[in-house]
Amino acid sequence: MRHIISILLENESGALSRVAGLFSARAYNIESLTVAPTEDPSLSRMTLVTSGSAEIIEQITKQLNKLIDVVKLNDLNVSQVQHIEREMMLIKVKAPVSARDEIMRLSDIFRGNIIDVTDDAYTVELTGTSDKLNAFIASFDCDSILETVRSGVMGIARGSSALHL
Amino acid sequence: MELSGAEIIAQFLKDEDVEYLFGYPGGAVLHIYDALMRADSVKHILVRHEQAATHAADGYARSTGRTGVALVTSGPGMTNAVTGIATAYLDSIPLVVLTGQVPTAVIGSDAFQEVDSVGISRPCVKHNFLVKDVKDLAETLKKAFYVASTGRPGPVVVDIPKNITDPNIKVPYTYLPSIEMRSYNPVTKGHPFQIKKALELMLNAKKPVFYTGGGVVLSNASASLRSLVQRLNFPITSTLMGLGAYASSDEQFLGMLGMHGTYEANMAMHDTDVLIAVGARFDDRVTGHLEKFCPDAKIIHIDIDPSSISKTVQVDVPIVGDVDDVLTTMLEILKETASSANDSVVKDEPALKDWWKQIKQWRKKNCLRYNKKTKTIKPQFVIEKLHEITKGDAYVTSDVGQHQMFAAQYYGFDEPRRWVNSGGLGTMGFGLPAAMGVQLAHPDKPVACVTGEGSIQMNIQELATCMQYQLPIKIINLNNRFLGMVRQWQEFFYEGRYAMSYMDSIPDFVKLAESYGHVGMQIDKTSDVEDALKEAFAMKDKLVFIDFITNREENVYPMIAAGKGQHEMELAPDSELV
Repeated sequence: MRHIISILLENESGALSRVAGLFSARAYNIESLTVAPTEDPSLSRMTLVTSGSAEIIEQITKQLNKLIDVVKLNDLNVSQVQHIEREMMLIKVKAPVSARDEIMRLSDIFRGNIIDVTDDAYTVELTGTSDKLNAFIASFDCDSILETVRSGVMGIARGSSALHL
Repeated sequence: MELSGAEIIAQFLKDEDVEYLFGYPGGAVLHIYDALMRADSVKHILVRHEQAATHAADGYARSTGRTGVALVTSGPGMTNAVTGIATAYLDSIPLVVLTGQVPTAVIGSDAFQEVDSVGISRPCVKHNFLVKDVKDLAETLKKAFYVASTGRPGPVVVDIPKNITDPNIKVPYTYLPSIEMRSYNPVTKGHPFQIKKALELMLNAKKPVFYTGGGVVLSNASASLRSLVQRLNFPITSTLMGLGAYASSDEQFLGMLGMHGTYEANMAMHDTDVLIAVGARFDDRVTGHLEKFCPDAKIIHIDIDPSSISKTVQVDVPIVGDVDDVLTTMLEILKETASSANDSVVKDEPALKDWWKQIKQWRKKNCLRYNKKTKTIKPQFVIEKLHEITKGDAYVTSDVGQHQMFAAQYYGFDEPRRWVNSGGLGTMGFGLPAAMGVQLAHPDKPVACVTGEGSIQMNIQELATCMQYQLPIKIINLNNRFLGMVRQWQEFFYEGRYAMSYMDSIPDFVKLAESYGHVGMQIDKTSDVEDALKEAFAMKDKLVFIDFITNREENVYPMIAAGKGQHEMELAPDSELV
């Protein structure tokens, strides 16, 4: 099963490679990983999407907790927790005159923003669940997509429960 | 007090009460060596290879419970130390390894003797640090010792660029007696509810068995374990790493379990209804085939590391906590519930009696028997005689292979921290340098290094270190002219094709020992074994290398082959008992 794990870790060089190294050394999956400093500059917040059986996910959270640089973590996919997830994508598509209206319509339907326009290409900014981004990509044929950049999933728990010190 | 980085290291090691520093100098650590020499701080032991520095620090740590400390230079110094670091990691041994690094300004430029030490060591350390500012040095060192020695212990590497130790840059230094880290808070107390639940299960057991591991030794829980096991009158078996935590001469001890464990231990594991795993990690050499492991048992697991719990075997009652703390709590609860200390506390006394009866039946197999009357020397016989002559009081280190298993099976350890071997990583070349650390820590105790002609050559250069520091280790070389364990597997599983397991061009170990200034002996008759050992151990101030020419194709029995369950072990066939 797919799990989103939120991690607060020391904002130190090497912390990211400890997490990445753990996953490769123990042959765990990483579907996406995103990390940036928090409002407390000594801490980074990482969101890691992984998948595996319940036993493997349990081992992943235990092994992550064992890393000295990991201060605290939450599995957002446990029964008591409801969460929101978002991913951001920048997608650059070919925009010949004949296709421009359709790109704008699609962008509106998906609540995207066109953030860069040139003679032959549009760049669309889109935020949502990974499924939504996939659906947007699927609505273009491969040849017309010049480039996609995705942030990886970010997740946060609903309500007042929060991952902080 | 204003000190340079190098002086801080020397002063810190003194303040931290470090007794020995095992190391080897080189360019990146020259400032540190200079400061050490002038500060008269710790006693530095100059090894002959950086791998030996880490193993010696490791042997010191295993035999004392204190943190072992090593100092190596950058680049090849550090990479040589990696095997020793990984060895300590797999067996959870507290080690602090200080590695020199090229100056911060040239890190990443492929400078002379530069490697990414933090990167290379990351997968085999509990934690590592790169010191980027001399102002952080003292605190980082303190953190290193704190992390290495608390919780589930392990090695910590501190990588120190040369400019950090510059003698001209001085910063204020104060020794921090303790430190806190927001991201590191090892659990020590077991959960009271879980402890009660476990006890309840134990008291209602019909066929219980304790399965104890290295965690008991690491937690210094030998005394509480003995009290609890005896109070309950349960049988107990131990992993390779846990030997000595419970007296092997005690009636309740079933011997070691696992691949080369005893018949009674493995059968008890297979038939048990309540397994009490204490400071053990369900290693594949213990469990055999996982699906056949303890099929009828409820499993209680006491361990300080949450990630050890349900890693390979699903556990019914986990207790995360310090082993000694948990066992002591159990004893206290039993004291409260029983009216007198002699009252039986178990609910089904007759079932326990039957269980012991069954165990006695298994014991009758006498699974460790062998022919003691052969002319050629049986390795098992050497170990039994070693026990006899040292009265079971020696510290025994070993390398890896058949001799290691024979030492584990036949020495009979009655005290913890007497058996020092590389269990997890299985590092050949561990025995001799580890014995140096042990001998330095226990100068008045007999120390034997049980090894083979394959393993001993992996760190033979340390004979020079032993001479320099006058370490009177007794090297028990079980020389069968084969890489014995490899040969055994080739005999069993490769139709006897002995690919590369035969050792040609073996040195004359007697001359070799003598060339380093030690005493060498070669013994090839069973009838001479006892006298040779007596003579060697009588030479209290000399290292004696005894080269025992043993039976070539001796096999280690019992044995559970890969893929088999614990009840499917093979005992020595009659043909091998002659």
